[in-house]
Amino acid sequence: MARQAEETGAKGSDAKKQKKKKSKKESKTRTVRANILYDRAKGEENPNRHYASNKIKTTKYTLLSFLPKNLFEQFHRFANVYFVFIALLNFVPVVNAFQPELALAPVVFILSVTAIKDLWEDYRRHRSDKEINHMDCLVYNRNERRYMEKYWKEVRVGDFIRLRCNEILPADVLLLSSSDPDGLCHIETATLDGETNLKQRQVVRSFIDLDCEFDPSKYNSVIECEKPNNDLNRFRGYIIHRSGRRDGLYKVNLLLRGCTIRNTEEAVGIVIYAGHETKAMLNNNGPRYKRSRLERQMNVDVFWCVIILLVMCLFSATGHGLWMFQYGDKRPVFDVLSPEGTGLSPVLSAIYLFLTMIIVFQVLIPISLFVSIEIVKICQVYFIHQDVDLYDEETDSHLQCRALNITEDLGQMQYIFSDKTGTLTDNKMVFRRCTVAGVEYSHDANAKRLAMYQEVDSEEEECTSHGGTLPRRESVGSHQSSKVVLRSHSTKSHRRTGSRAEAKRASILSKHTAFSSPMEKDITPDPQLMDKVNEGATQMEFMRFHSQPLSQLPSDLSDIIDFFIALTICNTVVVSSPNQPRQKVRLKSPVKTIEDFIKRFTPSRLTSGSNSSSLSSLVTNRSSSNRGCSSILSSPSAESTLTKLNEERLQTGRGTSPGLLEHAFSPVPTTTLRYEAESPDEAALVYAARAYKCSLVGRLPDQVTMELPHLGKLSFELLHTIGFDSTRKRMSVVVRHPLTDQITVYTKGADSVVMDLIRPPTDDTKGKRQKKILYKTQHYLNLYAADGLRTLCIAKKVLSKEEYAGWLRRHLEAETAIHSREELLFESALRLETNLHLLGATGIEDRLQDGVPETIASLRKAGLQIWVLTGDKQETAINIAYACRLLEPEEELITLNAESQDACAMLLEETTTSSSTAPFLVHRLGLVIDGRTLAYALDKSLEDKFLAVARSCRSVLCCRSTPLQKSMVVKLVRNKLKVMTLAIGDGANDVSMIQVADVGVGISGQEGMQAVMASDFALPRFRYLQKLLLVHGHWCYSRLANMILYFFYKNAMFVALIFWYQFYCGFSGSPMIDQWYLIFFNLMFSAFPQLITGTLDKDVSAETLQELPQLYMSGQNSEEYKPYMFWMNMIDAFYQSLICFFIPYFAYADSDVDLFTWGTPITTLALFTILLHLGIETKTWVREHTLVILFFAVALGYNASCPTCYSPSNPYWTMQRLLGDPLFYLLCLVTPLAAVLPRYFYRACQGSLFPSPVQVGRQLDKLPPDTRRNLLSLNRMKVGSLSSLSGEPSDFYRNV
Amino acid sequence: MMASSYSAKEEDGHHPGASGAGGAAANGRKPDNTAFKQQRLPAWQPILTAGTVLPAFFAIGLIFIPIGIGLYVTSNNIKEFEIDYTGTDTSSPCFSCYQNFSWNSTLPCKCSLPFSLDQPFESNVFMYYGLSNFYQNHRRYVKSRDDSHLNGNLYSLTHPSKECEPYAHRDNVPVAPCGAIANSMFNDTMELFFVHPNETRSQIPLKRKGIAWWTDKHVKFRNPGGNGDNLTAAFQGTTYPVNWHKPVYELDADPENNGFINEDFIVWMRTAALPTFRKLYRIIEKKSSMTPTLPSGNYTLEVTYNYPVHSFDGRKRMILSTISWMGGKNPFLGIAYITVGSVCFFLGVVLLLIHHKYGNRSSSPDIAS
Repeated sequence: MARQAEETGAKGSDAKKQKKKKSKKESKTRTVRANILYDRAKGEENPNRHYASNKIKTTKYTLLSFLPKNLFEQFHRFANVYFVFIALLNFVPVVNAFQPELALAPVVFILSVTAIKDLWEDYRRHRSDKEINHMDCLVYNRNERRYMEKYWKEVRVGDFIRLRCNEILPADVLLLSSSDPDGLCHIETATLDGETNLKQRQVVRSFIDLDCEFDPSKYNSVIECEKPNNDLNRFRGYIIHRSGRRDGLYKVNLLLRGCTIRNTEEAVGIVIYAGHETKAMLNNNGPRYKRSRLERQMNVDVFWCVIILLVMCLFSATGHGLWMFQYGDKRPVFDVLSPEGTGLSPVLSAIYLFLTMIIVFQVLIPISLFVSIEIVKICQVYFIHQDVDLYDEETDSHLQCRALNITEDLGQMQYIFSDKTGTLTDNKMVFRRCTVAGVEYSHDANAKRLAMYQEVDSEEEECTSHGGTLPRRESVGSHQSSKVVLRSHSTKSHRRTGSRAEAKRASILSKHTAFSSPMEKDITPDPQLMDKVNEGATQMEFMRFHSQPLSQLPSDLSDIIDFFIALTICNTVVVSSPNQPRQKVRLKSPVKTIEDFIKRFTPSRLTSGSNSSSLSSLVTNRSSSNRGCSSILSSPSAESTLTKLNEERLQTGRGTSPGLLEHAFSPVPTTTLRYEAESPDEAALVYAARAYKCSLVGRLPDQVTMELPHLGKLSFELLHTIGFDSTRKRMSVVVRHPLTDQITVYTKGADSVVMDLIRPPTDDTKGKRQKKILYKTQHYLNLYAADGLRTLCIAKKVLSKEEYAGWLRRHLEAETAIHSREELLFESALRLETNLHLLGATGIEDRLQDGVPETIASLRKAGLQIWVLTGDKQETAINIAYACRLLEPEEELITLNAESQDACAMLLEETTTSSSTAPFLVHRLGLVIDGRTLAYALDKSLEDKFLAVARSCRSVLCCRSTPLQKSMVVKLVRNKLKVMTLAIGDGANDVSMIQVADVGVGISGQEGMQAVMASDFALPRFRYLQKLLLVHGHWCYSRLANMILYFFYKNAMFVALIFWYQFYCGFSGSPMIDQWYLIFFNLMFSAFPQLITGTLDKDVSAETLQELPQLYMSGQNSEEYKPYMFWMNMIDAFYQSLICFFIPYFAYADSDVDLFTWGTPITTLALFTILLHLGIETKTWVREHTLVILFFAVALGYNASCPTCYSPSNPYWTMQRLLGDPLFYLLCLVTPLAAVLPRYFYRACQGSLFPSPVQVGRQLDKLPPDTRRNLLSLNRMKVGSLSSLSGEPSDFYRNV
Repeated sequence: MMASSYSAKEEDGHHPGASGAGGAAANGRKPDNTAFKQQRLPAWQPILTAGTVLPAFFAIGLIFIPIGIGLYVTSNNIKEFEIDYTGTDTSSPCFSCYQNFSWNSTLPCKCSLPFSLDQPFESNVFMYYGLSNFYQNHRRYVKSRDDSHLNGNLYSLTHPSKECEPYAHRDNVPVAPCGAIANSMFNDTMELFFVHPNETRSQIPLKRKGIAWWTDKHVKFRNPGGNGDNLTAAFQGTTYPVNWHKPVYELDADPENNGFINEDFIVWMRTAALPTFRKLYRIIEKKSSMTPTLPSGNYTLEVTYNYPVHSFDGRKRMILSTISWMGGKNPFLGIAYITVGSVCFFLGVVLLLIHHKYGNRSSSPDIAS
């Protein structure tokens, strides 16, 4: 009946949907028919022919389209257009300054470098495409009537595909058959979302019940589904059978491309989406492009350069006009007429000259700067990747830079927004305490054992860290979207759990056992609770045996049993055995057959619930319970009773179904089962329950089997699982209790929401007791939170058949609704989770990651504001904050908890006034704000006040915040305070925050890869943030900042030389520098040393940077590249160019020197000056700086190459002649020295008189290690060490 | 930008560095611990403080000042004599030429200028002509030549480059040599006479050859059809530039110095860097070690005034100069060295003071410990 109801519901909604669709647009859905119905030869009739094939092509270009398409793309960059414009301007005879072909050279060079890089990338994509396209899979062949091997690219929509275990899915496939008797198929989605736990997929409902193997040739249904979209978590559609019957298709029926089949021997499916229309491919978007702050600043200065260029051109044009004008009609011989023999008017020639000057001065806009920056950034990314300190042995992962162009932003961060769970903490949950029915069980032994663990572990880790054979992952073919990772199945190794570290590493490495380190598994049960569990179980057993109603059980004992049942089954944990990894434990027990039997005879769930329930209560497995439990009983008396009971029961059991029970000995000892949970909390709870002998032994889509002491295996018919979501903050399962045969709802969730849903019964005694329990539990919850534990409440609810039927009807409607199904399901869940009965609560510890307090302390010293945004309870969050030294005990806490907008406004007002009246307290404040108040505070009217308060506090802690609020906070701070923000998190709930921040950092930890996918940088651990920011950030920033400034200086200096010359050549736009030098100067001679400096320069050593986090502030304040520095550099450039121009000018005044014999020394001088300047600005000189010689080599070669080429300069033998001229050497000696003298002197004075903190750090570097250590320890002791470093260096020295 | 199209594939396993030597080890992705990859390359890290740069300043000062003095003395030892023969002044013998002569004039205008040398010129004397206000470095002027044409390329001879326009053709006949530079070639001739105390004049022999760069004369400039005797035939089918009065093959009687390889022509074709320049005209070689090349006394300069400078207010000079190892007379470089040296020395003193006053606290190791 239920099924019928469901079907009618589905039909109804489908029909509705179809009507709607038809009225709108026919093409809103995709219809898929099996290909085998159509002959290949008559392909036109195949309705699937329009759909994309499975051949993927991620390449952007083809051989033909490469050139035009690539050029078109490159011209989207304004700079390229500008340079091409200038190059083309050269082809206009009246304005041309250089040989037109030569002027094209740099821009062609730049374009071709980019093009070659694109081509290479495209080729790599092509190769990996090819590799993927040529992978094999089994496709059903119509003529041969069997599955044949085919390439992936030949798979078409509508094909039947047979998949075997560990195969990768070639396309999005609708699961039609599975070797699993329950019609299940497990997939691993690591390549899509990085989550390594198995996910269950289900055969389409109408195909589950097929008796025989699925035969594609008999398939003739039609599938209607939505158009391809990129939502991995949604799939809707329906299948129409020939009989006209319709079945809904859901997400659980779809296997996505790129996933791997696990635990399932064989599965068959029909391809729904292929190739580029698969969800995996649609989800694939390339790396993000962000513009760094430094680059934004640079662009402003590029703009200034444009203005300077225009001013210089205008000046020259005016000058030329006047120069022409002074001759009037007397045309001097050197004023060449136009080719037609006519003279130009001064005004016209001034206009032409303006354009010419733009060409001549084009070097001022640094064409190579853009390319150089790209190169330097790629090198920086490379070096960050290579840093062995950022490599995590345990996970064999190192830092990933996902965004390639914001490395320097790392050096300028001001605010860090951090998630707590998984980021600051390990996200390895350890069950610590629980309270059941108002009684607290402290699990003291557990805490002691944990402490011991850590000690032992640290010793062991040392000896095992060199351990050899760890399973290695081999990635065979990687692809941008669907990375195909085949795993070697060497999982045995990680069972030799010599030490925790080893096991942990192995477990993460193999990724076969999510959240199951020995830490969580070994829980020492609380003896008191253990006794009670045993007692309860025994009593229940007894009652069941005597057919007494279970409701007579003392309520505290029943609560305890229910509590553990809830812990065990209220989750989505998948059970697997390590002996056969990824192989689901098959329970070949009578349970299964009886259940199947029931199923067969009760076609719908609702009816099975109403009449054949007695059968399911029979389902027990005494034998295994016997084995499992006898050993743990402590009292001999209990043991004897138990054995007696068992014997009796055994006989009865044999009586009812003797043949079946013989097989009941489960081959798998329960202790070696592995649990794979979606969240670590779940795993922790299941392991905790197992410690009390309540183990989860199997999970099927409609059944959960657990083992209880004395009671043996119990199979709960799983009616519904209502998953966790962040709004409800709870999850529920609806099961039929096998002992009581009641329909029971077990709910587990955050205490704040669950406690509100508890409704104590109205009758007096029970209600009173419940209220008391409620009160006590709340008390313990507060205690747990104060201890920094994560709290969860466990509750249950018993539904009467009528209630359930009523709810079910509406729930099914919701399930089958096509539109707003999510909302309807949500409402349905809300309807179910009411009037709960509280069972108890748990406290789970989330341990801090290694080095978190130290990292936070040093980041804070570096001037970073750290805000922690967490979804946790206020008390928990505060405690963690204390533990990681985010809050200090001496700080005064401001706690903002407001119930309404107005109250929030009042609070903020109060806080502002109080903090302003007591200014001496300003830096000792910590702000704690909860989610609700945060919502008010983030309102437009209050955000400024909130920010004002927050800014006055040393640390800010936002608890109970939703993902949206997290991102809103980041956005607010970023936009209002105009600061650089970094967001770090590990889970899906941090994604929005990570995306909003200037730099998003993902922790590649326990909770899947969503955060990593969204991030710019992915770290294995939080503590690596310290080196990433303090060292790499600082280096990247200072290198790039110096490089950019230097580029501006270099080009301005070079161009100014030509500008001064215009005064001596009638402003005719004539350069004295050979055009080849002029054009390649930027591109080659001066660029190489700069690139080396840009990638390798280290102002301060890594050690000092980490020991003195204060040095980071230079980046925060943009001290390496302040706006005025651009102008200082420009002024210096003009001074230097004056020197470099006028010393040769006077030295050669009134001599017989010719234009280019005079220009070449100037070029050389300028190069020397520029390099000396670089030498002053460079903090480390490496051997590669000797590349200067290159210039002479090139110049000599060039000057000797051709006697009649390179018009007009024709520099034949010029350099050679100059090298024989003593005057040349004399000039080369004095001019560069005179040019850089002021800067050299200034730097020397600065180094002595007012050194920047960075310079002090550099001086510290030079000290011998011992002295340095002493100095630093001295410095650390001083409270105002910061001021002594930055403000008053003398103080710093006085300490010495 | 470029990086935007950079695929993220590198990050996912096989990026260039990870597949190094360590790749075979247990930790496949562990970066190599090499000095380069860990950015620990040996490097010299100079720190600029008063103390560290002090020696440099003094060293520069101490080296530069003597060099400067040496240069200054050398420059002062050079003898140079200069006479302006433009004729702007009414009293000048060349005044009438200056006033009347233009490019169209056909009759040469001659003037002679007397001058006297107070001191004898001992070594080889270089005779220059100097022009002022002549923008030989004008962009369009500099370009207006055809090097391959001047290199004797036969095709270029009859098909001058378009860069030479409008001086490439005259009445549709190709011009040789083409271009504005050649067209405006300096064509005054100067002769130098020593006036003996007895009023008799003896002409001083002027060497016409060896005034151009060797590479120019022998590599860059060549007559069409090789430097054969029959230049007239080689230049058949071309005409001489509009401002010239004779064809290019009549520049000199000496076949080694005629046509495109005429050294006066080659020197002119090397365009001057600045609007006031001089160009080597002749060399007066020292004959014997006993007598000075040019003894002190009176001289007369005979000028055939062919080159009008009136239109651009130009000046024409004749310069006689000896040269030293560092070229002609120019005291500037010596002064520059002395100045820079002194400034460095002075700054060195300033730094010394700074170092003395503040540098004690500087973190040199011995103080810190």
